[in-house]
Amino acid sequence: MRLLTHNMQACNIKGVTNGFPFRVEAEEVMEKQVDFNADFLRNLFPKIEWKALVEASRAMGYHELPDEADSSLLDSDDFLQKFHRALPQLHLEEGAFVCPETGRKFPTALIKCI
Amino acid sequence: MKLKQLEALLGNLQQFSNPKVELEQYPTGPHIASRMLFTAENSFGDVSGKVVADFGCGCGTLGLASALLDAQHVIGVDVDPESLEIASENAEDLEVDIDLLQCDIKNLGWTGQIVDTVVMNPPFGTRRKGADMDFLFVALQVASQAVYSLHKTTTREHIKRSALRDFGACSAEVICELRYDLPQLYKFHKKKEVDIAVDLWRFVPRTN
Repeated sequence: MRLLTHNMQACNIKGVTNGFPFRVEAEEVMEKQVDFNADFLRNLFPKIEWKALVEASRAMGYHELPDEADSSLLDSDDFLQKFHRALPQLHLEEGAFVCPETGRKFPTALIKCI
Repeated sequence: MKLKQLEALLGNLQQFSNPKVELEQYPTGPHIASRMLFTAENSFGDVSGKVVADFGCGCGTLGLASALLDAQHVIGVDVDPESLEIASENAEDLEVDIDLLQCDIKNLGWTGQIVDTVVMNPPFGTRRKGADMDFLFVALQVASQAVYSLHKTTTREHIKRSALRDFGACSAEVICELRYDLPQLYKFHKKKEVDIAVDLWRFVPRTN
């Protein structure tokens, strides 16, 4: 499970109104090499909930993303490299997504789905 | 990757072991799936480097085909955990990464046009009326670039009208008409195999 998916998905249990973002409990994290694609990141950036990305990446042991980010940073290669490492490269191999409202856990280990 | 190679790779995928009729689980054959994604990539540039979602992914055929054609990020969504397990094994066999979510399409809750492209072989709505429309509605909400989908040719006018008038699509075009060979999967099937006429559609969502 990668962080882009985490960034899109809210908990959809019946009755939950504040199901976004999932808290991440990480047991095993892997970083997989993906070709760097600056245009992809620039296009995606405005659609990303930055705070949710930062918190999830930190829960997975990656602390390089700044608390706040705006589109002016997209000219910085250093920023794009850090964004790249978090977004397409970090994989939650084992662990869980936890609903922020009910605390219900969705393990990724079993079938890699929530 | 060549079309033949793609079709061969998809031909090796595991399909439903216990298909569930209420979900209209029919495998997307390698012939149709390879042509669908090949066209999306080579005629329209909707796959490589894109975020692609496969709705009602079942065993993952269309999503995996997207990954093989170098989609940057692929998400398969299905309500059935057993299918997702097979999809996950298929991804491992092909050594590609796709994220899998267990979710009813109607409850997906994605906001905005967060993916570039949706590919899907939705239920045709023969068991539960309107199931195909639920898929199309959500797909046209979340895709920014294109939605590829298969629908029965007999529903062509209805699909076109709904997409353009009700779901706000800018365009709805049948790219080609295909024969979908349905093997005898379920008890109520009386014939050994039937061919049904299916349209491959390309929809362009509204621009924001």
